[in-house]
Amino acid sequence: MMLQTDIMAILPELILFFGAMGLLMVGVFNTSNLSRPISWGAIIILLVAATVVLFQPGQAYFAFNGALLMNDFTALMKAMTFIAVAGSLVLSHDFMHQEKIERFEYPVLVLLASCGMSIMISANDLIAVYMGLELQSLALYVVASINRDSVRSTEAGLKYFVLGALSSGMLLYGVSLIYGFSGTVNFQELASLGFTGNDIGLIFGMVFLMAGLAFKISAVPFHMWTPDVYEGAPTPVTAFLAVAPKLAAMALFMRAVITIFPQAQDAWQQIIIFMSLASMALGALAAIGQQSIKRLMAYSSIGHIGFALVGFAAIAGENSAEGVSGVIIYIIIYAIMTLGTFACILSMRRSQGMVENIDDLSGLSQTRPFMAFCLAVFMFSMAGIPPLAGFFGKFYVFRAAINAELYTLAVLGVLTSVIGAYYYLRIVKIMYLDAPDDEVNLPMPRNLSLLAGASTFLMLLFFIYPKPLVTVVDNAADAFLGVDVQPGYVHYQGTPK
Amino acid sequence: MDNASLSFFQAYVMPFLLITAHSLAIMIALLLALAFFMYADRKVWAAVQLRRGPNVVGPFGLLQSFADILKYLFKEVVVPTTANKAVFLLAPFLTMFLALSAWAVIPFDEGWAVADINLGILYVLAISSLGVYGVIMGGWASNSKYPFLGALRSAAQMVSYEVSIGLVIITVLLCVGSLNLTDIVLAQKNIWFCVPLFPMFVVFFISALAETNRPPFDLPEAESELVAGFMVEYSSTPYVVFMIGELANIVLMCAMTTILFLGGWLPPIDIAPFNMVPGVIWFTLKLCLMFFMFAMVKAMVPRYRYDQLMRLGWKIFLPFSLIWVVLTAGVLQYFDLAP
Amino acid sequence: MTLASFAFYMFATVTVASALMVISARNPVHSVLFLILTFFNSAGIFLLLGAEFLALLLVIVYVGAVAVLFLFVVMMLDIDFVELNEGFLQYLPVGALVGLVLLTELIMVLGGSAIAPDMIAGGPKATTDDMTNAEALGRVLYTDYVFFFQTAGAILLVAMVGAIVLTLQKRDNPKRQSVAAQNARRRDESVEVVKVKPGQGL
Repeated sequence: MMLQTDIMAILPELILFFGAMGLLMVGVFNTSNLSRPISWGAIIILLVAATVVLFQPGQAYFAFNGALLMNDFTALMKAMTFIAVAGSLVLSHDFMHQEKIERFEYPVLVLLASCGMSIMISANDLIAVYMGLELQSLALYVVASINRDSVRSTEAGLKYFVLGALSSGMLLYGVSLIYGFSGTVNFQELASLGFTGNDIGLIFGMVFLMAGLAFKISAVPFHMWTPDVYEGAPTPVTAFLAVAPKLAAMALFMRAVITIFPQAQDAWQQIIIFMSLASMALGALAAIGQQSIKRLMAYSSIGHIGFALVGFAAIAGENSAEGVSGVIIYIIIYAIMTLGTFACILSMRRSQGMVENIDDLSGLSQTRPFMAFCLAVFMFSMAGIPPLAGFFGKFYVFRAAINAELYTLAVLGVLTSVIGAYYYLRIVKIMYLDAPDDEVNLPMPRNLSLLAGASTFLMLLFFIYPKPLVTVVDNAADAFLGVDVQPGYVHYQGTPK
Repeated sequence: MDNASLSFFQAYVMPFLLITAHSLAIMIALLLALAFFMYADRKVWAAVQLRRGPNVVGPFGLLQSFADILKYLFKEVVVPTTANKAVFLLAPFLTMFLALSAWAVIPFDEGWAVADINLGILYVLAISSLGVYGVIMGGWASNSKYPFLGALRSAAQMVSYEVSIGLVIITVLLCVGSLNLTDIVLAQKNIWFCVPLFPMFVVFFISALAETNRPPFDLPEAESELVAGFMVEYSSTPYVVFMIGELANIVLMCAMTTILFLGGWLPPIDIAPFNMVPGVIWFTLKLCLMFFMFAMVKAMVPRYRYDQLMRLGWKIFLPFSLIWVVLTAGVLQYFDLAP
Repeated sequence: MTLASFAFYMFATVTVASALMVISARNPVHSVLFLILTFFNSAGIFLLLGAEFLALLLVIVYVGAVAVLFLFVVMMLDIDFVELNEGFLQYLPVGALVGLVLLTELIMVLGGSAIAPDMIAGGPKATTDDMTNAEALGRVLYTDYVFFFQTAGAILLVAMVGAIVLTLQKRDNPKRQSVAAQNARRRDESVEVVKVKPGQGL
């Protein structure tokens, strides 16, 4: 039965959606404040969904008349996204409780956002792209201003909303151009029409589509919202915004551009290279003067997206698989170290409350050695110092770029990463070489130290045994290319509309 | 006359003239009827309160409405100095224009509609949802407190009850399988929808009262709180135009109830003496019955409080009619009755 | 010129003119009213395309509900119109630039389709031959496109939850009507008959 396979295909999304509805009902009809159990419930639902994703059939198949695509790549990205979301929920409990913004709607909205991310990752149809993106973004706008009594949080939400709506508008404009010129919204059907860089309408459509998607991954020149939103939103929400949506949007970005425009590689490669260079440069230079660590993380994430885009640019060429796996590995390592870093940032508590200035870290190695050690590992990893995992992320994307003969991009990338290392190492210097303040940081809460420890462990030991991740990622990259890029290899058997 | 101009004449001019003639006929008949509906409203009200009601102008006071209208028309038009003049004067005419244009699709008998369009019911819904603009614009343009508050109340009220009206219409449409008003009436050949869908009939009637700002839901012009609501600043011709528009809307809602639930122009029983009466007579009779009910409600039921009104709309009617939509669809599907 | 193209040019002219008025009207309420006119004329254009269902939906949803709420909000705003218009010219160059870029793009895109009409693989058709477009829409919306339909529902749910999260104030002592409590009241619980002696009071 057709519908049955369709429903099995979207089982993870259904689990998330009905889980969110169930938790919403529990929260609404319970008079006592159940936000912590509901949050744990959301984490369990996310982990169940991640398990279900991993147990779905491995070969590629379509659901709902080609609206969604399931393969190893989407499964990996979905599972990573769900785990990252779960991680950011773990980070949120204590903070929300201390700041008295504990609301049961937060995990519910986060679940709905992850449902949207999952649809984004699987989207194989421009309507599905937009639907997933809106489901995700709308929930993100709300969670960014979840601390509604704080001016900064509401400002963050509003800014995010206005600019996000603008980007959705651009995306829709691009989609309507593409649809108008092709008469179809399905990725494979679009690919089979074989558009080249000379079809002017399509190229405009593609540019707008890419602009809309670049907004979501906050690549320069569509990054303006990132620092303000990251700074204004409550810190656990920032952790959430910095990780999971990036994973989903990056997956969608790659799938949409590469699948729809296989013949127009030259056109989109130029755009990606520009975005990549600009993001790396801005990420490295603008972060230097920052005082707030959240703002610094915002610029750092812009820079990391630039590095990931180096791998993306390398997909256009002979060794596509290398580029794809480079991007995936980079973005996964980025997710893990960002989560760990935010666990440390969330532990920057003093008796009078949260602090988020970089200077507040001074002498941390003497007062809280474990936290200082974790943060130092993350900073070294972000800077790309071997043998930490962050180095390997950069190594894979730059290797792909060099094999694709993008020498300038690779050289400039390495240069910006050297510049960027300055501000990461500055933090390490402040923690280890400066004298401590009079005020002492409170000890790390248990779940935060657990999370920070786990990701430190992963960062440190990745180089010893990278094989599992690399194998899985290579599989995913093969699946990605197998279905999408090779001409004449189209699974989709539905009736064209 | 050469061939081209003849075909132009046949293609455009003739239909245009025909449609104009149809529309004029309906408008004149309707406006005349409205005068007597107004009279009937007052008479019923008076009878319930053991008064005589209008009884001076003409036999039994039948011409009272005409006298009133003439009086209004001959008064000076007063526009408040701080009012937004264009919008202030536009509002009543918009109300009347919309109320009259909805009648274009109402079938008085089989084939007796100016435009028997496929999406007739949606058209009526669309036009009646625009009715709120007359009220808001009037209330805002008066630039005064009471009219503004009245307009706000009215807008919220009309938007809220439109939701349940929409759901009620969906249940009817599920039973018909068409959005054409003639088809809706013809689908009731065997049984009028007010029998199987009785609860929806009640919900529709009450929502229609709220949608047209009739008592007991006349909060937009609750005189004890807001003097006359959004109409405070209106006088003479604009006022009478407002009144005519509102009344046309009320009668339109009666016509819609007739079409959706009381079998339109169909006779109650399809046997000899009944089915010899022309359909338009049946239609008018049913319409008058509905209007009588509107008038009786006005005379007998005390006014709701605003929060009660909102609670009724959102917390009772909305879920209730939603459940009925699901139930109707389920029953139709399960017993394979869906058209 | 046929009647249809005459109607099209009429609708199109009014749409563009009222859209211009939306951004240039001094009074925001007038802007919204012009916006409503724009919607209305766009519905007319849909009608000409044979998409009657879409046209009526546009009127019901946008004009009848969304724009009403818009008008609501704008009427309640306390805006200093003079101050609002002061900065207008300041942004004009940037706005004009963006507009120019978009115009060039549109011309290139539409010009391209005029030069090479075969690029358009098959224009979307508004009406199917043997059924009304409400029926045609109904046939696919709940079958082929059920996933999108439900996802749209999920998006609306998020919007609703979000609106409540961000605005609902839980006050300490709200006065709410409890119908059940009212109906449960008995006469002897709430009314007490007291014999009052004249001139003494209670």
